[in-house]
Amino acid sequence: MYAQMVQAEGMKAPEEMDERERAFQARIDAGEKIEPKEWMPEGYRKTLIRQISQHAHSEIVGQLPEGNWITRAPTLERKQILLAKVQDEAGHGLYLYCAAETLGVSRDELNAQLLSGKAKYSSIFNYPTLNWADIGAVGWLVDGAAIMNQVALQRTSYGPYARAMVRICKEESFHQRQGYTIMMKMAFGTPAQKRMAQDALNRFWYPSLMMFGPSDKDSVHSAQSMAWKIKINTNDELRQKFVDQTVPQAKYLGLTIPDADLAWNEEKGGYDFSEPDWSEFYAVLKGNGPCNAERMAARQKAWDDGAWYRDGLMANAEKRAERRFAAMPIAAE
Amino acid sequence: MNEVVELALRMGDNCLILGHRVSEWCGHGPVIEEDIAMANVALDLIGQAQMWLALAGELEGQGRDADALAYRRDAFDFRNLLLVERPIDDFGVTLMRQFLFDAWHKLMLEHLVRSSDARVAEIAAKAVKEVTYHLERSGDLVERLGDGTAESRARMQAALDALWPYVGEMFASDAIDHTLAAHAVAPAPETLRHEWDTLTGSALRAATLDIPDSDFAHLGGRAGRHTEHLGYILADMQFLQRAYPDAQW
Repeated sequence: MYAQMVQAEGMKAPEEMDERERAFQARIDAGEKIEPKEWMPEGYRKTLIRQISQHAHSEIVGQLPEGNWITRAPTLERKQILLAKVQDEAGHGLYLYCAAETLGVSRDELNAQLLSGKAKYSSIFNYPTLNWADIGAVGWLVDGAAIMNQVALQRTSYGPYARAMVRICKEESFHQRQGYTIMMKMAFGTPAQKRMAQDALNRFWYPSLMMFGPSDKDSVHSAQSMAWKIKINTNDELRQKFVDQTVPQAKYLGLTIPDADLAWNEEKGGYDFSEPDWSEFYAVLKGNGPCNAERMAARQKAWDDGAWYRDGLMANAEKRAERRFAAMPIAAE
Repeated sequence: MNEVVELALRMGDNCLILGHRVSEWCGHGPVIEEDIAMANVALDLIGQAQMWLALAGELEGQGRDADALAYRRDAFDFRNLLLVERPIDDFGVTLMRQFLFDAWHKLMLEHLVRSSDARVAEIAAKAVKEVTYHLERSGDLVERLGDGTAESRARMQAALDALWPYVGEMFASDAIDHTLAAHAVAPAPETLRHEWDTLTGSALRAATLDIPDSDFAHLGGRAGRHTEHLGYILADMQFLQRAYPDAQW
């Protein structure tokens, strides 16, 4: 999931709600979609902006770890697949920012929040991509974890967000298959390739589990978001589903998941597994992951270096508008 | 005819090296729309490189496919123009290089569509559709940024001045070109210059830019004499294939 620890605002018990709020909640309970110009509680709007923008920022920052290998992709076909994937991520970022804009906040404002550190992006993108198998692992595990959440979000209550998710999910599941294909090539390849694959799994396993956010018992913001259908499943439900799906895939690859306590639990019909180190998770969110500083520096540089380009295009658009206006017969009089 | 192999390498290497350069912008562009557009251009160019290099490998008959040619040759066997290996620099230089190259590329491909060699004509027919769009986009941006703010104009002018010495190589014909022209496989590059001047001139004038008054041209790329930059591009691009030569990817 690309949205972690999104703080929900304005949790109210039914008896505290006014009539409008009760009617709004009734529509959500009935499975209706909320559309941009309709009335919504301020808390709903703010929480959605926070969640959608965190998701958008994650897509944009997420270009960086994978972009790191585009110039070094080992074949022309792999290079094309990776380029297309990173391009899709930029596209996802773009429609998510557009979805957020329908809630009355501009892309520039959201970008400023990202650069100032006020807005967050998924912790996963603060980890480095160190060998080519990481590109496989990111597709397999990171996109795989993201899909778990996003498939459910296709049913989220806010129309533009739900519709963006439909398209994003199609592309993400394609990315996940491509990632797994790279993992197969690596795991079934030479001993050196298999070593890269295992190394990638060792480094990405726990950070992938962290993508779902803290354990339900520590997740304080979930209840309101779930009532509003901004969040559909709990963190632990999704994490369990992810582990259950991924363990057999790792076995097929002949790779070892770096968890000595991983075991099938017949009674619950799922795997028991070790929790990630949550102190690491909170450290990464605070800015102390291995790549936080580099990721933000890269985005800041792209923004600063692009200022003259954006200003130039705006100035040109104004000149063209003035020329059109001057050419109009009435203006000329 | 060995000259067709050379033609395919020259066309393919231009696409490969420029595609590599353009892809360096992924995630670092001035707006998201540019990240998307640059990735698109890079994808088109890498796809074209794949077609040209596959043809070169097939005609050469030494069992090399497109990947072998891209990943296992050293710099002196590359046949691209020096222009395309120039560093990406600022976005203005990247865009101006794209525009100068796109205009040449489109004219070249329009002629190659009518090549006497059916395989060349077939690749050109696919590529020209993409490149027509590349030129439309780069030309439009050059015009807008030239006629934008004082800073954007200054940057575009500086880019044009810096790249101008690499323009002449696109139109320098050698013995291979003359053989290809004699067999109606490809036009001699010198014959494209007038059309290119017309095509680029109108956009550069609309951009309020001054066309440099110099004929000086750095040459050598098409004969395998490159700038220092190509070695680093290849070190980057070929790393995995060189370090793990027995691996399948």
